[in-house]
Amino acid sequence: MSPLSALLARDVRLAVRLGGGALIGVVFFLIVVTLVPFAVGPDLALLARIGPAMLWLGALLASLLGLDRLLAGDHEDGSLDLLLTGRSPLELALAMKALAHWLTTGVPLVLAAPILGILLNLDPRSTGAVMMTLLAGTPALTFIGLIGAALTVALRRGGLLLAVLILPLTIPVLIFGVAASTAATAGTVPFRGPFIILCALSLLSLVLGPVAAAVALRQGLD
Amino acid sequence: MRLAGEGLLCVRGGREVFRDLHFTVDTGEMLAITGPNGAGKSSLLRVVAGLVRQSGGRLILQGGDAELTIGEQAHYVGHQDALKPSLTVQENLVFWSDFLGGGAEVITSLARVGLHALLHLPARYLSAGQRRRLSLARLLAVERPIWLLDEPASTLDIAGQGLLAEMMAVHLSKAGLILAAIHGPVPQSAKELRLAGAGASARLGLDAPKEIRL
Repeated sequence: MSPLSALLARDVRLAVRLGGGALIGVVFFLIVVTLVPFAVGPDLALLARIGPAMLWLGALLASLLGLDRLLAGDHEDGSLDLLLTGRSPLELALAMKALAHWLTTGVPLVLAAPILGILLNLDPRSTGAVMMTLLAGTPALTFIGLIGAALTVALRRGGLLLAVLILPLTIPVLIFGVAASTAATAGTVPFRGPFIILCALSLLSLVLGPVAAAVALRQGLD
Repeated sequence: MRLAGEGLLCVRGGREVFRDLHFTVDTGEMLAITGPNGAGKSSLLRVVAGLVRQSGGRLILQGGDAELTIGEQAHYVGHQDALKPSLTVQENLVFWSDFLGGGAEVITSLARVGLHALLHLPARYLSAGQRRRLSLARLLAVERPIWLLDEPASTLDIAGQGLLAEMMAVHLSKAGLILAAIHGPVPQSAKELRLAGAGASARLGLDAPKEIRL
């Protein structure tokens, strides 16, 4: 197996093994979104209107959960040292780790969205739009989060700091994700516009995230 | 192949760990780095591996692959074993073998360090000595010319220490070179680089070497 695919396979395997935390995010997502109808009340029209936004908020918070472990685990057990002595560029190794994280936390969120759409009285069209936007937007959340993970890797309790660092950067993703989701059923703008910007944000973070994270890690060498 | 450090300076946490440090290691040689706790043995190994930024001086590798950094041609065995508790013994080694560039057979490497009976045991159940043996199996599974070993024998039993000495001798005979931080007696064939630590100086904590003996 090539070095990078070995890293991808290892991280996916670690995430799905006991204690890996792959399903924690999706369970958290379920709980957050389930709480909304209880908080808002049984107003079906209102639920349908705010549904996409609630799904996106839930997904955003859920995708933050595992991020603090993205690099901290490898830092604590010395694996990060060995990743640095590998012959693959650090940027690509980090991209692989983020990809594995997205596969095990981002994709389950996308798959869970239709079930939660029922709770929020979303019609199939709207649910489909939310799934599309989550699929396009969650990579951006993970790869932006990678930067935060690299910056806070040496801190014992970096999780909260990471959230504070990362959440402001995810605002554009949230705005265009929700805009595209609501545009699919209502609103004045077509779905295409915000959706394309969302895809662009994801692609941008796909490139910038690993590079910035590698710089952060190299700066932090100590 | 020849690895040399010239006038190395290392500053960590605002303190000078060592300055003006010189050493050379040739193919087939082992440099034993000795000295009291805090003298900078681990720091020196991490500087050579590229895991700690060197604040001054030069590291020169002659006869290596010019495309690769020294760290990329070296095995670094630190205090941490870089094992994932939820992966099995075999999975752990297969991963590092794949990631670091592979070469030898993983199973034979594990057999060599005496872990062949535990292939499918999750690494969380290993003892400290077994964990160290598993990290040492990495040295066998992936061929790299430079070994950077930070107190490699610290948790090994007598048999394990014998195995390690044998592995090192074989590596040296195959044109490898070794830098090892050790506490025990220095092997007769090895050169010694002694870092004299805090005890020799009025300053606290990490300090510069007072004596370099090659």
